[in-house]
Amino acid sequence: MTDVASGPDIACGRLPAEAYLDNFTDLHPPLDAHEAVVEADRCYFCFDAPCTQACPTSIDIPLFIRQISTGNDTGSAKTIFASNILGGMCARVCPTETLCEEACVRMEAEGKPVKIGLLQRHATDHFLETRPKSFATRAPETGKTVAIVGGGPAGLSCAHRLAELGHAVTIYDAKEKLGGLNEYGIAAYKTVDGFAQAEVDFILSVGGITVEAGKALGRDFTLADLKVKHDAVFLAMGLAGVNALRLEGEEMEGVLDAVDYIARLRQADDLATLPVGRRVVVIGGGMTAIDIAVQMKRLGAEDVTIAYRRGAGEMKASPYEQELALTNGVVIRHWMRPAALIGAHGRVSSIVLEGTRPGDDGRLEGTGETLRLEVDQVFKAIGQTFLDAPLLGAVPKLEGGRIEVDEDGRTSVDGVWAGGDCVAGGEDLTVAAVADGKRAADAIHRSFGL
Amino acid sequence: MADLSNSFVGIKSPNPFWLASAPPTDKEYNVVRAFQAGWGGVVWKTLGDGDPVVNVNGPRYGATHGKDRQLTGFNNIELITDRPLQLNLQEIKRVKKNWPDRALVVSLMVPCEEENWASILKLVEETEADGVELNFGCPHGMSERGMGAAVGQVPEYIEMVTRWCKKHTRMPVIVKLTPNITDIRQPARAAHKGGADAVSLINTVNSITSVDLDAMAPEPAVDGKGTHGGYCGPAVKPMALNMVAEIARDAETRGLPISGIGGVTTWRDAAEFMALGAGNVQVCTAAMTYGFKIVEEMISGLSDWMDEKGYASIDQFVGRAVPNVTDWQYLNLNYIAKAKIDQETCIKCGRCHIACEDTSHQAIATTINGDRGFEVIDAECVGCNLCVNVCPVEGCITMEAMTPGMVDPRTGRTVEPTYANWTTHPNNPNRVAVPAQ
Ligand SMILES: Cc1cc2nc3c(=O)[nH]c(=O)nc-3n(C[C@H](O)[C@H](O)[C@H](O)COP(=O)(O)OP(=O)(O)OC[C@H]3O[C@@H](n4cnc5c(N)ncnc54)[C@H](O)[C@@H]3O)c2cc1C
Ligand SMILES: Cc1cc2nc3c(=O)[nH]c(=O)nc-3n(C[C@H](O)[C@H](O)[C@H](O)COP(=O)(O)O)c2cc1C
Ligand code: SF4
Repeated sequence: MTDVASGPDIACGRLPAEAYLDNFTDLHPPLDAHEAVVEADRCYFCFDAPCTQACPTSIDIPLFIRQISTGNDTGSAKTIFASNILGGMCARVCPTETLCEEACVRMEAEGKPVKIGLLQRHATDHFLETRPKSFATRAPETGKTVAIVGGGPAGLSCAHRLAELGHAVTIYDAKEKLGGLNEYGIAAYKTVDGFAQAEVDFILSVGGITVEAGKALGRDFTLADLKVKHDAVFLAMGLAGVNALRLEGEEMEGVLDAVDYIARLRQADDLATLPVGRRVVVIGGGMTAIDIAVQMKRLGAEDVTIAYRRGAGEMKASPYEQELALTNGVVIRHWMRPAALIGAHGRVSSIVLEGTRPGDDGRLEGTGETLRLEVDQVFKAIGQTFLDAPLLGAVPKLEGGRIEVDEDGRTSVDGVWAGGDCVAGGEDLTVAAVADGKRAADAIHRSFGL
Repeated sequence: MADLSNSFVGIKSPNPFWLASAPPTDKEYNVVRAFQAGWGGVVWKTLGDGDPVVNVNGPRYGATHGKDRQLTGFNNIELITDRPLQLNLQEIKRVKKNWPDRALVVSLMVPCEEENWASILKLVEETEADGVELNFGCPHGMSERGMGAAVGQVPEYIEMVTRWCKKHTRMPVIVKLTPNITDIRQPARAAHKGGADAVSLINTVNSITSVDLDAMAPEPAVDGKGTHGGYCGPAVKPMALNMVAEIARDAETRGLPISGIGGVTTWRDAAEFMALGAGNVQVCTAAMTYGFKIVEEMISGLSDWMDEKGYASIDQFVGRAVPNVTDWQYLNLNYIAKAKIDQETCIKCGRCHIACEDTSHQAIATTINGDRGFEVIDAECVGCNLCVNVCPVEGCITMEAMTPGMVDPRTGRTVEPTYANWTTHPNNPNRVAVPAQ
């Protein structure tokens, strides 16, 4: 037992140096050439394939898999990129178990889907490694220019499509590096070896895209400025805010925002420099909660507990992600919500959780039973919010706090489109952001009436 | 990007992938779907004259499968089109008009009388189709009536009918050959002599795919009885490749255009047929197994491969492998190879050993330094390649050529740098002094 009075147990470099390499290497190692063709052979080349229907970007999955099986990895990658220019990242981060692989008819037949994600990675890795010339054909310049605010998956996908169609694109991003959450948010073991930046370079290589990094909407320019300078604007700013626990003591040291911490982790040159608590509690039930919990465990935290206010079935993290947490030694406590943060000298030292249950009206109610856990770090992972402040009052119509768009991504403001996490009704997935960007690009192109 | 456009006996198509004469080309509906999917051309399902033929009303197809139900071979007892001639002709005319950039060749089979051929050719010409293919290959049903393979198995008939057709039409005439003969060069030469513009091959191979051991009847059985069908699909490709190569390198038929058929399923199959001299390929089973969409894989695969190899157009690689197909007697007997097992990738299943030990040359040892492990004994290895073929790990066993000057531990002889073949070998009673090539 740690003596509370002696302060929290937070330390850097909890692990021997090699352990960081092992713990943050590829979560799913790539298939080797033989594994890839054997796996590809399992695909039935289904008619009107359910996997393709389940993919938000509608990648022609049977075709790209068949191309792998006939030894044409290059062509396979081209098939993928034609629908999803971030096919490489999606192959790493998509929750395939709830998308394409869930829909695979082999699931129906034997419960073992074709490993679509790993095959997609096989082909796209091959392409990025070999970079055959036969790609990136840009239509002649149209003279039209489009501003894109935010260079995450939505912005990048929109930019690439527009550039292909011959338009001149400028991406403005508040950060120094493009990629959005691909660079700052995705769990480190899902995208190793600087893949996010390699992919950004690949996307920009199409030509016709200017990058204005370190330029923030609302700080360095306004929406009105963009509308003057460009023929259309695409907003892809993601979610800059985080939900608060709304508990007293939230500002104490040791109470951290999971997304911020992951960004720090992703940018760290040396993982041993990150402060890691011995006992960690994560509040939340989504991908971010799982990611921070697993990564803290892999950074050497001893006890990591996720507290989620509802049951396993309601968690936004898929069963597969939940299992990942469990096999990494994370404890998941369902039907628990934070009730109080307790600390001393401005530092959190324990958290009180209260049991919950669905009330008669379906709403959550407390059971009154509580559990007090001693903690060194508490991570908030209860969702992010859209901040409209950068729009300085020129805010398109919102719905549920995010930008309202029609099915083409058009906002209520003329000439302004939006997509990705910042729009209402989305799925908050990388692939969904890519699909939004692509769809908006096509709509913007059509709106030019060329 | 490589140019896939194709000109075969003057018939142009945007790519070299044609559908072979068979159910996929039996109707306007199918053919239009094929063109929409991207096929470069079709050979319309074989037309006959007189009253339409009738098909059996029970199963007409059979197949062989891999253990995961992958179709490895396909068999049919179907006849030529059973739809009225006039209907087919109307549809052909309409399709050609609506799809002028695609190849549309009409397959024909009528009784062996000159006027039958003359009159059907006239009807086909009116459709503006690009050419005709003479079906001398159907191995069942039609052959019992003196048509199809019954003609294709008699070179004199082939020559005669081909000559009639050339006499009665301005259209290019492609003669489709049956593989159910002993020497494919004979019918090819006959077609050539008769004036054929090209040959296409192969049609299907006589086959019984399996026997139902409860009913004691061959599959597919129609009311308890079956008949031999025609085999096609992936299983027949090696036979078809050989026949194409035989014609391509035969002095009498050299230069005669060939349309390669038989088991083409991927771009690679097509490239192989074309490397052996086929000017284009035709496909039936792969389309019947997976649908027309597979042509997308073929087109992209061929194009990407050509880009990688630097071939700008198809004619740059057609026939490239033909000079390397030769007779056994010309193979270099001074070339000596030994199997080599890569110990890094070997999984120690021992299949190489048991195959070699039981059935070949006892050239693979079972232990390495006292532990289970498999290693080639160079002093026994004749370089036969059996171990390479049975090893479950691709690339684990390779055949390594010995360099001249090394001593072959099996024979104790020094590997010669020169070329020597059977024609000069001391054991050859008809040997000559200088090796013939
Ligand atoms: C921790 C975490 C883990 C995740 N893991 C997964 C996963 O495994 N799989 C998955 O599919 N999804 C995952 N997601 C969700 C996924 O990352 C997002 O859905 C996706 O990145 C959204 O893309 P986007 O382009 O809309 O926004 P973002 O990726 O957030 O990009 C927004 C960009 O806009 C820029 N920006 C913001 N404000 C301004 C401004 N005012 N001016 C200029 N630029 C601005 C930002 O700097 C950023 O580059 C995860 C999310 C988080 C938070
Ligand atoms: C069901 C079926 C029907 C066929 N009918 C014809 C025909 O009418 N005329 C013909 O020339 N060939 C016919 N064939 C043979 C094909 O055109 C082709 O030569 C053969 O199937 C080999 O090609 P594949 O391996 O791609 O199937 C038929 C084949 C099948 C499977
Ligand atoms: S599995 Fe179903 S959909 Fe597929 S071939 Fe069989 S019956 Fe048709």
